[in-house]
Amino acid sequence: MEGIIKFLQQLINGIHVGSIYALIALGYTMVYGIVQLINFAHGDIIMMGAFIAFISITVLKLPIILVILISVIFCMISGILIEKIAYKPLRNSPRISALITAIGVSLFLENLFMLIFTPNPKPFPNVLKVYQINIGNLQISNLTIITIVVSVILMIGLDFFVKHTKTGKAMRAVSEDQGAAQLMGINVNTTISVTFAIGSALGAIGGILYSIAYPVIDPFMGIMPGLKAFIAAVLGGIGIIPGAMLGGFIMGIAESFTKGYISSQLADAVVFGILILVLSIKPSGIFGKNIKEKV
Amino acid sequence: MLKVNDINVYYGAIHAIKGISFEVNEGEIVTLIGANGAGKTTILHTISGLMKAKTGEISFLNQKIDSIEAHKLLEMGIAHVPEGRRVFAQMTVQENLEMGAFTRKDKKEIEESFESIFAKFPRLKERRKQLAGTLSGGEQQMLAIGRALMSKPKLLLMDEPSMGLAPILVQEIFNIIKEINASGTTVLLVEQNANMALSIAHRAYVLETGKIVLSGNAKDLLGNENVKKAYLG
Ligand SMILES: Nc1ncnc2c1ncn2[C@@H]1O[C@H](COP(=O)(O)OP(=O)(O)O)[C@@H](O)[C@H]1O
Ligand SMILES: [Mg+2]
Repeated sequence: MEGIIKFLQQLINGIHVGSIYALIALGYTMVYGIVQLINFAHGDIIMMGAFIAFISITVLKLPIILVILISVIFCMISGILIEKIAYKPLRNSPRISALITAIGVSLFLENLFMLIFTPNPKPFPNVLKVYQINIGNLQISNLTIITIVVSVILMIGLDFFVKHTKTGKAMRAVSEDQGAAQLMGINVNTTISVTFAIGSALGAIGGILYSIAYPVIDPFMGIMPGLKAFIAAVLGGIGIIPGAMLGGFIMGIAESFTKGYISSQLADAVVFGILILVLSIKPSGIFGKNIKEKV
Repeated sequence: MLKVNDINVYYGAIHAIKGISFEVNEGEIVTLIGANGAGKTTILHTISGLMKAKTGEISFLNQKIDSIEAHKLLEMGIAHVPEGRRVFAQMTVQENLEMGAFTRKDKKEIEESFESIFAKFPRLKERRKQLAGTLSGGEQQMLAIGRALMSKPKLLLMDEPSMGLAPILVQEIFNIIKEINASGTTVLLVEQNANMALSIAHRAYVLETGKIVLSGNAKDLLGNENVKKAYLG
């Protein structure tokens, strides 16, 4: 009995973190899908989302809904600007140039925020009164429930958007064939901007949820969740939206079980191990189609 | 309707189109024929804005279009059926056609276009929920044509629609092009299959390594000894 409880407890924890990874992974996968670029600055979008939320709460003392809104809008604009300034001029260059630029953007943002906020970690304020809900012997915090519910709603919303709206379909058309999409009268630049904006908005929310769960923020905080979410995206099949969602949950659950049953120190190693294992069996990821030579 | 005046187009240092001029009048089927690598696709890409000419002018309905972005030309009435069809393989037949109507707003009119395209291509209607990538080559070509027609173009650019198709299908596609033209759409058809293209076109231009070497009525060219030798085998 106790074994089952522990198992379920770890599973729930895993789904909690996993849903955050999934939200972040969506940003990587959508951007990759449309411009075949691994946006290494996406982890820093998460960090910026957290910092903007931090200021909105501590300095501006805004209510949480406004805090989220401002952080989301800030990240959307940042995402669009990063693409326009750093990636767009390189759209027809070899992908490796864009990749290196993405790393450059990432370092720039981390150092910029370090200059502004110093490298010292800051406690993220309590925006949510966290309490435990007991279901039998099982304990679930309201934060876990909120995180999972918010993430799942956003994912369902995104899925609907991409499948059924005109803009969503344009995104799919552009990601398949930019030239053909232009011949349909689709504005490729606008469509790419929308993609960066949506990915960054999800990243901002992911960043806030992450900061509530692990309430210490610093300018380099985006690196680890960013890396794990990136792995989640690759695991699920980069460029494939449901793949990023599944990958995120797998990563979260694997991490949580390793922490619960093996050791906390090993969690990261296990997570990377899973990636290597999956990719050696199916190089294009779980939902990946035939292997395409890209990046 | 379409006037191309002395355009020069380059791929880096490669001079692909060397001072080409031609025109297409309203109601015509005009064909540009030429061997592989002659520059046919480059010309169409330049007209529809996917590439820019270094020098020269292109005008459509008396308006200069050479600096207009590709995605805006569709609204002006130029649709392009690209070489190799380039349907959106991961999208359904229905979605591909919707993309063709991307710039149109009126839902009712779009619905009417769907009906008329399904009447022309009943096989597309049967397969409307199927992914375009799972269609046969002929069906994909029909989808590419249907998709272009969804914008109700005044001028239809077609890049080698017969490429890679079985002879019966080629005949079918050319009949469809004739029908499209008969119902009021002007067609600029680019082809390697000179025989077929000349048999349905009103006028033709013969292209060789980026230059027009011959032009005239399609019927005359069909009987021309030089053309016969070079292109009609
Ligand atoms: N992307 C490209 N880069 C460099 N040269 C190209 C490119 N595309 C076409 N060309 C060259 O331009 C010329 C015309 O090509 P194209 O317009 O595709 O001919 P066609 O459609 O008649 O077969 C050819 O010599 C071809 O090699
Ligand atoms: Mg060609």
